[in-house]
Amino acid sequence: MRRRTIAGYGAAGAGAIALTLFVGWWRVDGPGAPEPIGQRPMALTEMDFRLTDHEGNEVGPETLIGRPTMAFFGFTYCPDVCPTTLSDISGWLDDLGDEAKQLNVVFITVDPERDTVEAMAEYVSYFHPAIRGWTGPEGQIARIADGFRAAYERVPTEGGDYTMNHTASVFLFGAAGRFVTMIDYHEPREFAVPKIRRALEEETEGAT
Amino acid sequence: MKKIIMTGTLAALLTFGGLSVPALAGPVDVVVESAWSRASIGMNRPGAAYMTIRNTGDEPVTLIGLSTPLAMMPEIHETKTNAEGVSSMSAAGEIAIAPGESVALEPGGLHAMLMRLQQPMTEGETFPLTLLFVDGGEVTVEVPILGIAARGPED
Repeated sequence: MRRRTIAGYGAAGAGAIALTLFVGWWRVDGPGAPEPIGQRPMALTEMDFRLTDHEGNEVGPETLIGRPTMAFFGFTYCPDVCPTTLSDISGWLDDLGDEAKQLNVVFITVDPERDTVEAMAEYVSYFHPAIRGWTGPEGQIARIADGFRAAYERVPTEGGDYTMNHTASVFLFGAAGRFVTMIDYHEPREFAVPKIRRALEEETEGAT
Repeated sequence: MKKIIMTGTLAALLTFGGLSVPALAGPVDVVVESAWSRASIGMNRPGAAYMTIRNTGDEPVTLIGLSTPLAMMPEIHETKTNAEGVSSMSAAGEIAIAPGESVALEPGGLHAMLMRLQQPMTEGETFPLTLLFVDGGEVTVEVPILGIAARGPED
Protein backbone atom coordinates (compact mmCIF):
# COMPACT_ATOMS: atom_id res chain seq x y z
CA MET A 1 0.00 0.00 0.00
CA ARG A 2 2.68 2.39 1.06
CA ARG A 3 4.74 1.44 -1.95
CA ARG A 4 1.76 2.11 -4.19
CA THR A 5 1.33 5.55 -2.57
CA ILE A 6 4.96 6.36 -3.23
CA ALA A 7 4.58 5.15 -6.81
CA GLY A 8 1.50 7.36 -7.05
CA TYR A 9 3.40 10.38 -5.79
CA GLY A 10 6.15 9.53 -8.23
CA ALA A 11 3.72 9.39 -11.13
CA ALA A 12 2.06 12.63 -10.03
CA GLY A 13 5.49 14.26 -9.71
CA ALA A 14 6.55 13.06 -13.15
CA GLY A 15 3.22 14.30 -14.52
CA ALA A 16 3.76 17.70 -12.90
CA ILE A 17 7.25 17.93 -14.36
CA ALA A 18 5.97 16.93 -17.80
CA LEU A 19 3.20 19.53 -17.52
CA THR A 20 5.69 22.20 -16.44
CA LEU A 21 7.96 21.35 -19.36
CA PHE A 22 5.02 21.38 -21.75
CA VAL A 23 3.77 24.75 -20.49
CA GLY A 24 7.30 26.08 -20.72
CA TRP A 25 7.64 24.85 -24.31
CA TRP A 26 4.22 26.25 -25.21
CA ARG A 27 5.12 29.71 -23.92
CA VAL A 28 8.69 29.87 -25.18
CA ASP A 29 8.89 27.93 -28.43
CA GLY A 30 5.39 26.64 -29.04
CA PRO A 31 2.21 28.29 -30.32
CA GLY A 32 2.01 30.44 -27.17
CA ALA A 33 5.37 32.10 -27.84
CA PRO A 34 5.29 35.90 -28.02
CA GLU A 35 5.79 37.59 -31.38
CA PRO A 36 9.53 37.86 -32.00
CA ILE A 37 10.94 41.33 -31.34
CA GLY A 38 12.40 41.45 -34.84
CA GLN A 39 9.09 41.87 -36.65
CA ARG A 40 8.76 41.92 -40.39
CA PRO A 41 10.04 45.17 -41.91
CA MET A 42 7.45 47.52 -43.39
CA ALA A 43 7.10 47.92 -47.15
CA LEU A 44 9.22 50.80 -48.43
CA THR A 45 6.01 52.43 -49.66
CA GLU A 46 4.83 52.69 -46.03
CA MET A 47 8.07 54.23 -44.77
CA ASP A 48 8.72 57.92 -44.29
CA PHE A 49 12.24 59.32 -43.92
CA ARG A 50 14.52 61.94 -45.49
CA LEU A 51 18.23 61.22 -45.66
CA THR A 52 21.27 62.32 -47.71
CA ASP A 53 23.36 60.00 -49.85
CA HIS A 54 27.16 60.11 -50.00
CA GLU A 55 27.01 62.45 -53.00
CA GLY A 56 24.83 64.95 -51.15
CA ASN A 57 21.54 64.03 -52.85
CA GLU A 58 18.36 64.03 -50.81
CA VAL A 59 16.92 60.52 -50.64
CA GLY A 60 13.81 58.86 -49.25
CA PRO A 61 11.79 55.67 -49.70
CA GLU A 62 10.78 56.80 -53.21
CA THR A 63 14.48 56.70 -54.21
CA LEU A 64 14.35 52.92 -53.81
CA ILE A 65 10.94 52.07 -55.24
CA GLY A 66 10.98 50.84 -58.83
CA ARG A 67 14.07 48.67 -58.42
CA PRO A 68 14.86 45.84 -56.01
CA THR A 69 16.81 46.95 -52.97
CA MET A 70 19.51 45.48 -50.77
CA ALA A 71 20.11 47.51 -47.60
CA PHE A 72 22.26 47.19 -44.52
CA PHE A 73 22.79 49.21 -41.31
CA GLY A 74 26.24 49.90 -39.90
CA PHE A 75 28.79 52.63 -39.18
CA THR A 76 32.18 53.48 -40.58
CA TYR A 77 33.95 53.28 -37.18
CA CYS A 78 33.00 49.59 -37.06
CA PRO A 79 36.18 47.52 -37.43
CA ASP A 80 34.77 44.04 -37.93
CA VAL A 81 31.17 43.40 -38.96
CA CYS A 82 30.66 46.39 -41.27
CA PRO A 83 33.73 46.06 -43.51
CA THR A 84 33.11 42.30 -43.58
CA THR A 85 29.49 42.73 -44.66
CA LEU A 86 30.36 45.41 -47.20
CA SER A 87 33.06 43.12 -48.63
CA ASP A 88 30.55 40.26 -48.73
CA ILE A 89 28.01 42.47 -50.50
CA SER A 90 30.72 43.56 -52.96
CA GLY A 91 31.46 39.87 -53.62
CA TRP A 92 27.77 39.04 -54.19
CA LEU A 93 27.47 41.97 -56.59
CA ASP A 94 30.51 40.68 -58.47
CA ASP A 95 28.86 37.21 -58.63
CA LEU A 96 25.63 38.71 -59.97
CA GLY A 97 27.51 40.59 -62.68
CA ASP A 98 25.12 42.50 -64.95
CA GLU A 99 22.12 41.52 -62.84
CA ALA A 100 23.55 43.65 -60.02
CA LYS A 101 22.95 46.76 -62.11
CA GLN A 102 19.20 46.39 -61.48
CA LEU A 103 19.69 46.66 -57.70
CA ASN A 104 19.72 49.57 -55.28
CA VAL A 105 22.43 48.82 -52.72
CA VAL A 106 22.41 51.03 -49.65
CA PHE A 107 24.59 51.20 -46.54
CA ILE A 108 22.75 53.24 -43.88
CA THR A 109 24.75 54.59 -40.95
CA VAL A 110 23.45 54.31 -37.39
CA ASP A 111 26.17 56.74 -36.26
CA PRO A 112 25.37 60.04 -38.04
CA GLU A 113 27.38 61.99 -35.47
CA ARG A 114 30.65 60.65 -36.91
CA ASP A 115 29.39 59.48 -40.31
CA THR A 116 28.99 62.72 -42.20
CA VAL A 117 28.28 62.77 -45.94
CA GLU A 118 32.04 63.14 -46.55
CA ALA A 119 32.90 60.24 -44.23
CA MET A 120 30.34 58.04 -45.99
CA ALA A 121 31.67 59.08 -49.42
CA GLU A 122 35.21 58.09 -48.55
CA TYR A 123 34.17 54.85 -46.88
CA VAL A 124 31.93 53.50 -49.66
CA SER A 125 34.56 54.36 -52.27
CA TYR A 126 36.60 51.36 -51.09
CA PHE A 127 33.82 48.88 -51.88
CA HIS A 128 31.69 47.95 -54.92
CA PRO A 129 30.73 51.10 -56.86
CA ALA A 130 27.02 50.19 -56.70
CA ILE A 131 26.99 50.72 -52.91
CA ARG A 132 25.44 54.03 -51.81
CA GLY A 133 26.05 55.43 -48.33
CA TRP A 134 23.16 57.17 -46.55
CA THR A 135 23.29 59.41 -43.50
CA GLY A 136 21.10 62.11 -42.00
CA PRO A 137 19.76 63.61 -38.80
CA GLU A 138 19.45 61.28 -35.81
CA GLY A 139 15.64 61.47 -35.88
CA GLN A 140 15.49 60.40 -39.55
CA ILE A 141 17.90 57.51 -38.94
CA ALA A 142 15.56 56.42 -36.13
CA ARG A 143 12.62 56.50 -38.58
CA ILE A 144 14.26 54.38 -41.26
CA ALA A 145 15.52 51.90 -38.65
CA ASP A 146 12.02 51.69 -37.23
CA GLY A 147 10.60 50.99 -40.68
CA PHE A 148 13.11 48.20 -41.18
CA ARG A 149 12.50 46.98 -37.58
CA ALA A 150 16.26 47.32 -37.16
CA ALA A 151 17.79 48.00 -33.78
CA TYR A 152 20.82 50.09 -32.83
CA GLU A 153 22.31 51.35 -29.62
CA ARG A 154 25.22 53.59 -28.68
CA VAL A 155 27.62 51.88 -26.26
CA PRO A 156 30.37 53.83 -24.45
CA THR A 157 33.85 52.32 -24.55
CA GLU A 158 36.99 52.99 -22.52
CA GLY A 159 38.56 56.40 -22.95
CA GLY A 160 35.35 58.28 -23.75
CA ASP A 161 34.82 56.71 -27.17
CA TYR A 162 31.76 54.78 -28.18
CA THR A 163 30.75 51.97 -30.46
CA MET A 164 27.37 51.01 -31.90
CA ASN A 165 25.50 47.75 -31.52
CA HIS A 166 23.27 47.29 -34.54
CA THR A 167 21.23 44.87 -36.62
CA ALA A 168 23.74 43.24 -38.95
CA SER A 169 21.29 41.50 -41.32
CA VAL A 170 21.10 42.50 -44.97
CA PHE A 171 17.53 43.40 -46.01
CA LEU A 172 16.07 42.63 -49.43
CA PHE A 173 13.05 44.38 -50.94
CA GLY A 174 11.34 43.82 -54.29
CA ALA A 175 10.99 46.54 -56.91
CA ALA A 176 7.49 47.41 -55.66
CA GLY A 177 8.95 48.04 -52.20
CA ARG A 178 7.70 44.87 -50.56
CA PHE A 179 10.05 43.22 -48.04
CA VAL A 180 11.24 39.88 -49.49
CA THR A 181 13.75 38.39 -47.08
CA MET A 182 16.94 39.06 -45.22
CA ILE A 183 20.41 37.59 -45.16
CA ASP A 184 21.43 37.00 -41.56
CA TYR A 185 24.97 37.67 -40.49
CA HIS A 186 25.72 34.08 -39.57
CA GLU A 187 23.96 32.52 -42.52
CA PRO A 188 26.15 30.45 -44.88
CA ARG A 189 27.26 32.89 -47.51
CA GLU A 190 26.31 30.63 -50.46
CA PHE A 191 22.63 31.26 -49.64
CA ALA A 192 23.02 34.97 -50.21
CA VAL A 193 23.15 35.17 -54.01
CA PRO A 194 20.03 32.97 -54.50
CA LYS A 195 18.17 35.18 -52.01
CA ILE A 196 19.18 38.30 -53.93
CA ARG A 197 17.94 36.62 -57.14
CA ARG A 198 14.60 36.09 -55.39
CA ALA A 199 14.35 39.82 -54.78
CA LEU A 200 15.25 40.41 -58.42
CA GLU A 201 12.53 37.96 -59.56
CA GLU A 202 10.05 39.79 -57.36
CA GLU A 203 10.56 42.68 -59.77
CA THR A 204 9.67 40.52 -62.78
CA GLU A 205 6.51 39.29 -61.04
CA GLY A 206 5.58 42.85 -60.16
CA ALA A 207 6.06 43.96 -63.75
CA THR A 208 3.90 41.25 -65.31
CA MET B 1 47.61 21.17 -42.74
CA LYS B 2 51.19 22.24 -42.62
CA LYS B 3 53.62 20.62 -40.25
CA ILE B 4 54.55 23.26 -37.73
CA ILE B 5 58.13 22.32 -36.89
CA MET B 6 60.32 24.78 -38.63
CA THR B 7 63.49 26.71 -38.34
CA GLY B 8 63.73 30.45 -38.55
CA THR B 9 64.84 30.15 -42.16
CA LEU B 10 61.85 28.09 -43.15
CA ALA B 11 59.60 30.46 -41.23
CA ALA B 12 61.09 33.37 -43.12
CA LEU B 13 60.64 31.52 -46.40
CA LEU B 14 56.99 30.81 -45.72
CA THR B 15 56.42 34.38 -44.64
CA PHE B 16 58.05 35.53 -47.83
CA GLY B 17 55.84 33.14 -49.79
CA GLY B 18 52.79 34.66 -48.15
CA LEU B 19 51.54 31.21 -47.17
CA SER B 20 51.47 31.84 -43.47
CA VAL B 21 53.06 34.04 -40.88
CA PRO B 22 54.62 31.73 -38.34
CA ALA B 23 56.11 33.23 -35.22
CA LEU B 24 58.51 31.43 -32.92
CA ALA B 25 59.91 34.43 -31.10
CA GLY B 26 58.79 33.60 -27.56
CA PRO B 27 59.31 30.67 -25.22
CA VAL B 28 55.64 29.76 -25.75
CA ASP B 29 54.91 26.82 -28.07
CA VAL B 30 52.54 28.81 -30.19
CA VAL B 31 52.41 29.32 -33.92
CA VAL B 32 50.46 32.12 -35.53
CA GLU B 33 49.20 31.46 -39.04
CA SER B 34 47.35 33.42 -41.72
CA ALA B 35 47.58 36.78 -40.00
CA TRP B 36 46.03 39.71 -41.85
CA SER B 37 44.38 43.05 -41.27
CA ARG B 38 42.56 45.70 -43.23
CA ALA B 39 43.89 49.11 -44.16
CA SER B 40 42.43 52.01 -42.18
CA ILE B 41 41.05 55.35 -43.27
CA GLY B 42 43.24 57.71 -41.28
CA MET B 43 43.79 57.13 -37.57
CA ASN B 44 40.46 57.86 -35.93
CA ARG B 45 38.78 54.54 -36.58
CA PRO B 46 39.84 51.35 -34.81
CA GLY B 47 41.51 48.64 -36.89
CA ALA B 48 41.09 44.88 -36.67
CA ALA B 49 43.52 42.02 -37.25
CA TYR B 50 42.81 38.34 -37.74
CA MET B 51 44.88 35.15 -37.43
CA THR B 52 44.89 31.56 -36.26
CA ILE B 53 46.76 30.93 -33.01
CA ARG B 54 47.86 27.32 -32.63
CA ASN B 55 49.17 25.75 -29.44
CA THR B 56 51.85 23.31 -30.63
CA GLY B 57 53.10 22.45 -27.13
CA ASP B 58 52.07 19.89 -24.52
CA GLU B 59 50.74 22.43 -22.02
CA PRO B 60 47.69 24.68 -22.22
CA VAL B 61 48.47 28.32 -23.00
CA THR B 62 46.41 31.35 -22.06
CA LEU B 63 46.45 34.50 -24.15
CA ILE B 64 45.99 37.51 -21.86
CA GLY B 65 46.70 40.49 -24.04
CA LEU B 66 48.30 42.20 -27.02
CA SER B 67 50.85 44.88 -27.63
CA THR B 68 51.85 46.74 -30.77
CA PRO B 69 53.52 50.03 -31.59
CA LEU B 70 50.67 50.60 -34.07
CA ALA B 71 47.92 51.11 -31.48
CA MET B 72 47.80 52.39 -27.91
CA MET B 73 44.97 50.08 -26.92
CA PRO B 74 45.07 46.71 -28.67
CA GLU B 75 42.62 44.17 -27.22
CA ILE B 76 41.08 40.88 -28.19
CA HIS B 77 37.40 41.54 -28.84
CA GLU B 78 34.56 39.31 -29.79
CA THR B 79 31.64 40.15 -32.05
CA LYS B 80 28.42 38.41 -31.08
CA THR B 81 25.17 38.42 -33.01
CA ASN B 82 22.01 37.69 -31.01
CA ALA B 83 18.78 35.97 -32.07
CA GLU B 84 17.35 39.31 -33.27
CA GLY B 85 20.35 39.79 -35.59
CA VAL B 86 21.89 42.57 -33.51
CA SER B 87 25.70 42.52 -33.44
CA SER B 88 27.72 43.79 -30.52
CA MET B 89 31.39 43.75 -29.58
CA SER B 90 33.07 43.34 -26.23
CA ALA B 91 36.48 42.45 -24.78
CA ALA B 92 36.97 38.71 -24.93
CA GLY B 93 39.07 38.42 -21.75
CA GLU B 94 41.59 35.62 -21.42
CA ILE B 95 41.66 32.96 -24.10
CA ALA B 96 42.84 29.48 -23.10
CA ILE B 97 44.13 27.22 -25.86
CA ALA B 98 44.50 23.51 -25.07
CA PRO B 99 47.55 21.57 -26.35
CA GLY B 100 47.18 20.82 -30.04
CA GLU B 101 44.19 23.15 -30.36
CA SER B 102 43.93 26.47 -32.14
CA VAL B 103 41.83 29.58 -31.87
CA ALA B 104 40.71 31.46 -34.95
CA LEU B 105 40.45 35.22 -34.94
CA GLU B 106 38.20 35.79 -37.94
CA PRO B 107 35.63 38.29 -39.22
CA GLY B 108 32.43 38.25 -37.19
CA GLY B 109 34.00 36.52 -34.19
CA LEU B 110 37.19 37.04 -32.23
CA HIS B 111 39.49 39.74 -33.54
CA ALA B 112 42.45 41.81 -32.42
CA MET B 113 40.84 45.23 -32.04
CA LEU B 114 43.41 47.96 -32.58
CA MET B 115 42.16 51.04 -30.76
CA ARG B 116 43.89 54.46 -30.82
CA LEU B 117 46.02 53.96 -33.89
CA GLN B 118 49.33 55.76 -33.78
CA GLN B 119 49.60 55.82 -37.55
CA PRO B 120 47.32 54.93 -40.45
CA MET B 121 47.25 51.29 -41.55
CA THR B 122 48.47 51.39 -45.14
CA GLU B 123 47.75 48.63 -47.63
CA GLY B 124 50.89 46.68 -48.55
CA GLU B 125 52.68 47.41 -45.26
CA THR B 126 52.98 45.19 -42.21
CA PHE B 127 53.08 45.84 -38.47
CA PRO B 128 54.37 43.78 -35.52
CA LEU B 129 51.77 42.45 -33.08
CA THR B 130 52.88 40.76 -29.86
CA LEU B 131 50.67 38.20 -28.17
CA LEU B 132 51.13 38.13 -24.38
CA PHE B 133 50.60 34.89 -22.50
CA VAL B 134 49.82 34.33 -18.83
CA ASP B 135 53.19 32.71 -18.07
CA GLY B 136 55.03 35.80 -19.32
CA GLY B 137 55.73 34.31 -22.74
CA GLU B 138 55.39 36.44 -25.83
CA VAL B 139 54.99 35.71 -29.51
CA THR B 140 55.43 38.45 -32.07
CA VAL B 141 53.94 38.19 -35.52
CA GLU B 142 54.30 40.51 -38.50
CA VAL B 143 50.76 41.24 -39.72
CA PRO B 144 50.28 42.15 -43.39
CA ILE B 145 47.88 45.04 -44.09
CA LEU B 146 45.51 44.25 -46.95
CA GLY B 147 42.90 46.45 -48.62
CA ILE B 148 39.88 47.82 -46.72
CA ALA B 149 37.60 45.44 -48.60
CA ALA B 150 39.75 42.34 -47.97
CA ARG B 151 37.80 39.28 -46.94
CA GLY B 152 40.60 36.98 -45.82
CA PRO B 153 44.35 36.45 -45.72
CA GLU B 154 44.48 35.59 -49.44
CA ASP B 155 42.71 38.71 -50.65
